[in-house]
Amino acid sequence: MGRYVARRLLLTIPVLIGASFLIFAMVYALPGDPIRALAGDRPLPAAVQAALRAEYNLDDPLLVQYGKYVLGLVQGDFGTDFSGRPVLQTISERLPVTATLTGVAIVFEIIIGIAAGVLAGLRRGSFFDNLVLVTTTLLVSIPVLVLGFVSQYVFGVRLGVVPVAGISEGLYSYLLPGLILAAISLAYVARLTRTSLADSLRADYVRTARAKGLDRRTVVVRHTLRNSLIPVVTFIGADIGSLLGGAIITESVFNIPGLGRAVFESVQRQEGAVVVGVITLLVFFFIFFNLVVDVLYAVLDPRIRYE
Amino acid sequence: MSEPSTSQRRRPDEGGEPHDREEDRGVGTTALASPDVDGVDERQASLWGDAWAELRRKPFFWIGGVLAVFFLVMALFPALFARGADPRACSLANSSQPPSGAHWFGFDQLGCDYQAQVVYGARNSLQIGFTGVIGLLVVGVVVGALAGYFGGWVDSLLARITDVFYALPLILGALILLRVGPEARIFGQPVPIISERGPGAIALALVFFGWMTAMRLVRSQVIAIKSSDYVAAARALGAGPMRILVRHILPNAVAPVIVYATITVGALIAAEAALTYLGVGLQRPNFSWGLQISDGQNLLRTAPHLVLIPSAVLSLTVMAFVMMGDALRDALDPRQRS
Amino acid sequence: MTSPVHGSAGSHAAGTRTDDATATSSPRTGAPVLEVEDLRVEFRSRGPVVNAVNGVSYAIAPGETMAILGESGCGKSVSAQAIMGILDVPPAHITGAIRFEGRDMLQMGAEDQRKIRGPGVSMIFQDALSALNPVYSVGDQIGEMFRAHRGTSKKEAKDRAVELMDRVRIPAARQRVDDYPHQFSGGMRQRVMIAMALALDPKVLIADEPTTALDVTVQAQVMDLLKDLQRDTGMGLILITHDLGVVNEVADRVAVMYAGKVVETGTIDDVFTRPAHPYTRGLMSSIPVLDGKGQRLNPIVGAPPSLARIPPGCSFHPRCPMARRGDGGRPDCTSDVPPLREVAAGRRAACHYSEELLHG
Repeated sequence: MGRYVARRLLLTIPVLIGASFLIFAMVYALPGDPIRALAGDRPLPAAVQAALRAEYNLDDPLLVQYGKYVLGLVQGDFGTDFSGRPVLQTISERLPVTATLTGVAIVFEIIIGIAAGVLAGLRRGSFFDNLVLVTTTLLVSIPVLVLGFVSQYVFGVRLGVVPVAGISEGLYSYLLPGLILAAISLAYVARLTRTSLADSLRADYVRTARAKGLDRRTVVVRHTLRNSLIPVVTFIGADIGSLLGGAIITESVFNIPGLGRAVFESVQRQEGAVVVGVITLLVFFFIFFNLVVDVLYAVLDPRIRYE
Repeated sequence: MSEPSTSQRRRPDEGGEPHDREEDRGVGTTALASPDVDGVDERQASLWGDAWAELRRKPFFWIGGVLAVFFLVMALFPALFARGADPRACSLANSSQPPSGAHWFGFDQLGCDYQAQVVYGARNSLQIGFTGVIGLLVVGVVVGALAGYFGGWVDSLLARITDVFYALPLILGALILLRVGPEARIFGQPVPIISERGPGAIALALVFFGWMTAMRLVRSQVIAIKSSDYVAAARALGAGPMRILVRHILPNAVAPVIVYATITVGALIAAEAALTYLGVGLQRPNFSWGLQISDGQNLLRTAPHLVLIPSAVLSLTVMAFVMMGDALRDALDPRQRS
Repeated sequence: MTSPVHGSAGSHAAGTRTDDATATSSPRTGAPVLEVEDLRVEFRSRGPVVNAVNGVSYAIAPGETMAILGESGCGKSVSAQAIMGILDVPPAHITGAIRFEGRDMLQMGAEDQRKIRGPGVSMIFQDALSALNPVYSVGDQIGEMFRAHRGTSKKEAKDRAVELMDRVRIPAARQRVDDYPHQFSGGMRQRVMIAMALALDPKVLIADEPTTALDVTVQAQVMDLLKDLQRDTGMGLILITHDLGVVNEVADRVAVMYAGKVVETGTIDDVFTRPAHPYTRGLMSSIPVLDGKGQRLNPIVGAPPSLARIPPGCSFHPRCPMARRGDGGRPDCTSDVPPLREVAAGRRAACHYSEELLHG
């Protein structure tokens, strides 16, 4: 297992390099001249401009620039933006916001998604089962953008039960955005749980459990849920990585200053260092949580062994 | 332990039918066939015949199908649905008027008939959805089939490249590409398609960051089928790799890809709206639901219909494809039948 | 105890045989431990009603081995699952009586019924790999019997599991108790199932095709183990199988099932050498005989009926070479249902014309 994890970690390196280079190359082609844009109306003296260009390696060819960037990165240096602010500082401000948002979303996925899936799976064909089927179809179909605006309008503007936007009210401000961010995954968790549970209920080992004279609770909880939640747990684990990188629309609709917004704003301001830094980090998280899930899989299902 | 392990038994049928669970294993048994509780004919029908029989009974398929056809007609012949209004004939006097009997969807901020605006938005959405899906299928099928068929280092390389794209968030990647696109130069020349901020550029950006799932689907199908008996038979008869790939493998890998493609049309339409909302997608004078939602956002308190109407239409369009895809999956994969 | 009546049976394995007439008493203890009477199971879900079991009656005494013989889909597994109370109700609809130590399980509350499963009646299944839960160790699953029924502590339960694994002759039980089902071979897994089923010393063990999924050499080992364990514990053994060879070797009595019904019961010797039902006769003549050089096998013509469309009258009549229309007051096989009746001392059959078969 240790060797497997080590090998997987090694494999993340080319992926990280590939992803960061791809973004770097795109940012390299960002339109306009950032230095001139930085200066605004009063043009900087040519000498100052040249010094700045040298400082940010802007005159080097793409590969050299990228090489210097990676050298910095391996020393933990994400670089600075054009106003001299370390990218790491931006990240340390924005990451907790996105992490909180993702955390709230995951909690919703676990509580609502699994509960709905379990109840639907235990009573297949019931009214509740059909309700879950229709609701999940709606959740998957309605774009996050729309879901965000409509819920913002209904709960924020009309009913006033949650803040309309921003994060000034602490964790409470994250409730609605978290739910919206979770929506699609939540629907998926509910369906996955339902299908998986229904599969398990038909399994021979559940029949055995009943033949053993176990009470219904033990049969359902110990011999059915335990098995059927394995794919659900692993999906949710991997989803943490996806949501961290997929929060930009939710963050925009609810005006939440997270990592997605940071990328968006930096693209507008042509701040390449922030864009590349943040996305590289998001890619790392994505890979990391997928690795965690694979390890988790082996822990939960003894049939799976990595050598 | 030298005893051989047991073979997996086939999974019990999905209904409540009480098939006896034992299987005849030859020795010492009677020479009789096992009885069949449900119709024999149905089982022997092909996957597609079965799937169609199953599909026909699914309300989701019909709702989705009717909606999809409706929006398709709207995209092709928007004038039919605009009730005579010209989307470009606007009068500020009508700015943000709410829906009325004469103008069902009211007017937008610039005083344009909103129904015409919304109706004319269908074409861009569907165009991006369909061309995007075709694009990512082409990339996905080609890369996936090559990786799955050849295996070895080709597979490893292509798999790593896929990992790279897979780890990149779709919307963020497309956001950057579209922002960079108009001014990007290759050998001093603007890049075609991507440099014009039209539906083509958006579709291209979505394909660029979205082909990986199709690739993985195709790759795993190809690997599964490659090792099957009938491919071995074709190879034994001397069929070349290209012929095996095109004639034997791809047609069989097609079912999950169709399901995926149908749902993805909806997903790409939603993604277009998101990118447009972020300001890197379609722009006026293009008609786009994302643009309408984005413009209406500031008037949410005073003229909510400007957000709600395009939102509803956008959602119905996405839903059409999601519902059809769901129904198709259930029909094509008996294991997931509900 | 009597010796086999029909010595001509020859090749039968030696073993205790009970020659009991009514199938409700045993010379050993007198009272049957489990009695099934007119058991019927219908499945009512979408589509036609499926009559999986249409009248099954038999009784089993302590220490006795009763084989339920029949083809796939004849209802033998379903009847066993009905006895265990593990069918889903609905869609299953169960009538009749299942008396365990005189008390009808179908009349009991679910909780009382549950308490019989394990210490009273226990069951092992055909495919141990899928019948064992893949995510718990075998020790855990065996020990669960003690924890669930006796409130034994985890540690104690595990010790008991090791003892049981020893008893079913799993080598290095102490080392293997924490292994998972997939880490065992097919034969060893089936031993784990047996250990689990025997944990609480059940009065009756139902073995549903216990060796069908196993390799031939392993089959014999597992059957030997079952017989040894039965001798040690004095439990009644209901052996569900379609394998005539297995029946021949280990069973005392046999009940032959066809289309959800018991069509013949009797001692092994009687049934094998002088079948009283044309279906049984068909089964016997479809066995390849080693010394029967050049002899053709005689499979029964046709296929068993769908349990959703069982023929009227005798359900076997469309395939029966003896079936006849009633004329001159004789029973009509196509419309008169033959009852399961005593056709000779100690044997019952459900055929209008058993006597012809036996004596002519």
